[in-house]
Amino acid sequence: MYITGLVCRECGQEYPLAPLHVCDTCFGPLEVVYDYESIRQHLTRQVIASRPASLWRYRELLPVGQEPQVGLHSGFTPLVKADRLAAYLGVKELYVKDDSVNHPTFSYKDRVVSVAISKAMEFGFDTVSCASTGNLANSVSAHAARAGLRCFIFIPADLEQGKIVGSTIYGPRTIGIRGNYDDVNRLCSEVADKYGWAFVNINLRPYYTEGAKTYGFEIAEQLGWRLPQHVIVPTAGGTILPKVAKAFEELKKIGLIESGALPKIYTAQAAGCAPVIHALHKGADLITPVKPNTIAKSIAIGNPADGYYVLRAVRDSGGWGEAATDEEIVEGIQLLARTEGIFTEPAGGTTVAVTKKLIEQGRIPRGESIVICITGNGYKTIEAVAGKVEQPFLINARLQEFDDLYRSLTPPAPSRAGEAGLH
Amino acid sequence: MSVHVRVPTPLRRFTGGAEEVSATGGTVAALVNDLEKNHPGIKERICDENGQVRRFVNIFVNGDDIRFLTNLETAIKDGDEVSIVPAIAGG
Repeated sequence: MYITGLVCRECGQEYPLAPLHVCDTCFGPLEVVYDYESIRQHLTRQVIASRPASLWRYRELLPVGQEPQVGLHSGFTPLVKADRLAAYLGVKELYVKDDSVNHPTFSYKDRVVSVAISKAMEFGFDTVSCASTGNLANSVSAHAARAGLRCFIFIPADLEQGKIVGSTIYGPRTIGIRGNYDDVNRLCSEVADKYGWAFVNINLRPYYTEGAKTYGFEIAEQLGWRLPQHVIVPTAGGTILPKVAKAFEELKKIGLIESGALPKIYTAQAAGCAPVIHALHKGADLITPVKPNTIAKSIAIGNPADGYYVLRAVRDSGGWGEAATDEEIVEGIQLLARTEGIFTEPAGGTTVAVTKKLIEQGRIPRGESIVICITGNGYKTIEAVAGKVEQPFLINARLQEFDDLYRSLTPPAPSRAGEAGLH
Repeated sequence: MSVHVRVPTPLRRFTGGAEEVSATGGTVAALVNDLEKNHPGIKERICDENGQVRRFVNIFVNGDDIRFLTNLETAIKDGDEVSIVPAIAGG
């Protein structure tokens, strides 16, 4: 194991490697400390290439000491070269990192949960738990089932049906809270304190968040150990963006990437829940919480615990951020599906829509390499687009009826290459 | 006004291990000062030198974050439920 302890991100106070997440002195978040010198000697491109196609190929940069027990097939999702979407957006080099097909529960959460539950098992916990907007509960339930652990999940009661069944199928105890996600989170802080369970995103948080770095490691490896110039990441509680930034820094630190500037990183939020965007645009440090009101329920976190770190990572990288309306989010989902055959959930639609905005605003130059970060799957949130997609044409099983219908559906002549097929 | 205040683990060394303590005051600010009287040292954990609630501390009155109310000036009445909770994690 290449980790030496925990440290408070705010005041620097040190702590042992234990299930702790909050600094006793300043309440700041705790972070894992790595021995990068040792890692540099052990983790080379060849070692990584020799390992299975999962997030554990980067294990020296993850805070797990024993042989990983869960998530053995998680991560190493496709990095799709998105030429049709690039043409539509008028840019030269565009990729989509596609965690909508992550194993086993089709969201980026499988990364952070693999690490958290592996660590929980190292610590000897027998019960795992989480506060979730859906994807996390799915992931915790699935991994807990595979590991044979007891599992309790806490969700807002009004979550999409797909996400609820997508958790209960694995057999956890599911507690629906009458309230929004922030209410669920606050209750879970109190339950975590009292019951001694491994809440993956609370008392295991410093270990949990490290799993998100693998998203960034993979982007670099899949680009041929090269860093992209612009990366757009959705922001909910603020876990993934700062860790993707950290991943790129770590690759340089241990010499896996020698040259090239660190990417500019952009944050994407839903207009109906954009506390980080508001602070970013105002030039403020302090994030004012909001009450979420958006179809993008998976990123509807009004009080993002790591929002401050998102601001820092975005500013330090020279990036920016934008918000997308619910209508733009649905258009974003459709655009990605129709150009690249990837069906993402509203958080992904948000990221696509914000990327489009940032390009149109001139913030992202059209001639540079861009990666859009997709974190979840549209099959889980059908309600968001169900009323907005084309309904089937209804005919009887007669060739004549089809002939007539087909004749009446004259496709429009394409006016520009990128619009072909997008009627 | 007398209320019960739920105290998170990092603050329990000031309350002798108690997870819930009583406090009196007409506003959250007054409650914090009352807590300090009975549990010296606790206020410094909650508020910074300018008297503002620290970035990573959340205070809830009846389930509402005081940042949505009137922060430290939020009024307190008998029977209100007050919770001090460290920064909430995402998921």
